[in-house]
Amino acid sequence: MDTLLILLLNPFTTMLKITGLHARVEEKEILKGINLEVKPGEVHAIMGPNGSGKSTLASVLAGREDFEVTGGSIEYMGQDLLEMEPEERAREGVFLAFQYPVEIPGVSTTNFLKTALNQVRQHKGKDPLDAVAFLKMMKEKMKLVEIDQSLLSRSLNEGFSGGEKKRNEIFQMAMLEPTLAILDETDSGLDIDALRIVANGVNALRNQDNATIVVTHYQRLLDYIVPDFVHVLYNGRIVKSGSKELALELEEKGYDWIKETVDATA
Amino acid sequence: MSLEQAFIDYIKDREATINGQGSTDWHQRRRTAFTDFEKLGFPAKKNEEYRYTPISRALEREFGESVTLESPVDSTSVQELLDEIIPSDVDAHVLVFVNGKFQSTLSSSKTLPDGVIVTTLSEAYQTHTDLISQYFAQQTAEPTDSFVALNTAIAQEGLFVYAPKNVVVETPILAYFISDTSSGTSVATPRNLYIAEKSSKVSVVESFHTVGEKASYQNAVSEIWVDANASLHYTKLQPESKQAYHTGTTEVYQARDSRFTGVTISLQGAMLRNNLNIALDDENCESHMYGLYMLDGKSHVDNHTAVDHRKPNSFSNELYKGIMDDQSKGVFNGKIYVRQDAQKTNAFQSNANILLTDEASIDTKPQLEIWADDVKCSHGATTGQIDKEQLFYLRTRGMSRDQATAILLRAFAGDVLENIELDFIREQVENVIDQRLNSNF
Repeated sequence: MDTLLILLLNPFTTMLKITGLHARVEEKEILKGINLEVKPGEVHAIMGPNGSGKSTLASVLAGREDFEVTGGSIEYMGQDLLEMEPEERAREGVFLAFQYPVEIPGVSTTNFLKTALNQVRQHKGKDPLDAVAFLKMMKEKMKLVEIDQSLLSRSLNEGFSGGEKKRNEIFQMAMLEPTLAILDETDSGLDIDALRIVANGVNALRNQDNATIVVTHYQRLLDYIVPDFVHVLYNGRIVKSGSKELALELEEKGYDWIKETVDATA
Repeated sequence: MSLEQAFIDYIKDREATINGQGSTDWHQRRRTAFTDFEKLGFPAKKNEEYRYTPISRALEREFGESVTLESPVDSTSVQELLDEIIPSDVDAHVLVFVNGKFQSTLSSSKTLPDGVIVTTLSEAYQTHTDLISQYFAQQTAEPTDSFVALNTAIAQEGLFVYAPKNVVVETPILAYFISDTSSGTSVATPRNLYIAEKSSKVSVVESFHTVGEKASYQNAVSEIWVDANASLHYTKLQPESKQAYHTGTTEVYQARDSRFTGVTISLQGAMLRNNLNIALDDENCESHMYGLYMLDGKSHVDNHTAVDHRKPNSFSNELYKGIMDDQSKGVFNGKIYVRQDAQKTNAFQSNANILLTDEASIDTKPQLEIWADDVKCSHGATTGQIDKEQLFYLRTRGMSRDQATAILLRAFAGDVLENIELDFIREQVENVIDQRLNSNF
């Protein structure tokens, strides 16, 4: 379905609706009933202590097969996301920036991205880009994340620094122009300069038709990518939601504050 | 009749009609080899070297009933194959052998530098007897493999290449060994001899094909001499077919400061066995061995390699990779010998395999035998599946499972394929990878 058309018909429509989502890996239940609604133009931050299920949520959205969804539903642009293969999700505009981008020896960003991009374009009914147009687009997007051509010609992520890997993720995001971007701990392990570059890239790509879910452990990133909503994930559930001020409160009081509040009422 | 007996009769018949050559020293080597073959026979069931590749049984089953050593050739179907695989503007010497016979009308040549010889073995027997006498069958004098003895005993036809001192042969030499089974099974025994004199440089490609639906068998031997400071690039291609049987041995002798690169690519075959034996007989030799076997269906490919470091300060590096689909079977055996004299040897070996199905298999066996005490040697073998995390990553970028698999397999094969010198050959191999994936997934 055409993204733009839906948005034009109903600007307040929901892009993503997660209802009562349960998921497990092997025998361990990790997500225990997640509810979340994301509208076009919004930025949602998902925060939470280690092991709370943040990355699992990101993975389930992207379609990782290691996780078994045992209950609930995810509706994306009016479709059942859970019925879709990872590549179908990608072609429909879902993008996951990996927490740990994988290394692929012998495959450079440039040599897989052209195939990937043209798959996405074909799916949207657009003509494939030829080599010249692809290079031109690359040059533009490279500036956005201050990434060097030589890095993109090397084996994917092999021998890249942490910052280079994360910038490469955002570069790919810029090329694929997703409708829903999920950033899985993109800030972890980055120094402040790299973080700023990554955040600038993400901000430059924001518009009123797309949405971003920022999964993070640290409030620091949210100084640069300012969220509309902050959700706190703990023990597989969203236990608190609020505005960007919630992130600051969390930063000040720490996750123990959440744990104590939740555990006390449990 | 058995195939073994048919070969023996064939050689005896020829021996009775031979004249002139009979008294030469090199013909005497053929006679000795014949005696060896009669004694050895095809490898027995318990032969350790053929443990995973019971080729004797397969050969008797497929060819034992009616043996044809010189099948007729259907030049139309051969021409069709050649048109398909050789670009019209190819910059190479092309020699075509079909069912063991040289086909001059299908071959083409370029201008060669002075002194360079590119011809057939049968022609060399007539016109270059000094070189034949000096080099022919000298590396195969004590065959442990009876297929080598058999080949030497027959040694009728094949490619002969000679690069004189200080000459660089820029244009690669391509030899196509085609089994044409249009009118029945085909059996051939190509024998090749490549000599790179001091400080020369030459590149040779052997490519093995079968046309027609019947079974084919080629028993090939190549003897390679790389003299001091010379450089020889050798590629053995086996696009072959489902009904192809092959036993092949490449013997390489390297003198001081010489360089050798061998690339062996096998894509299909009922049962293919490749032996690559390299003797590093002086200091500062460099040897590279690359291999790729990418199999589907019930293909069976066995690569046995042996590097013999006899003198100090030489270097050898080996990288063989396998991708096995369906019920295909790969076998790898890599031996490295480091003799007592061969101090400061650097010898590395690696064999990596990807199994795409549960029924595909690989038997891999690295063997190091080291008598020297100051050497650097390593070997490793890995077997696994396509990396799930890498596959998932590419799919999250919009690539289908097939596309992602193809790109990962191409990358896996890449560090072997990049050593193929001719672009059109490398592209043909890469296309096979893509085609396989489109039809199989």
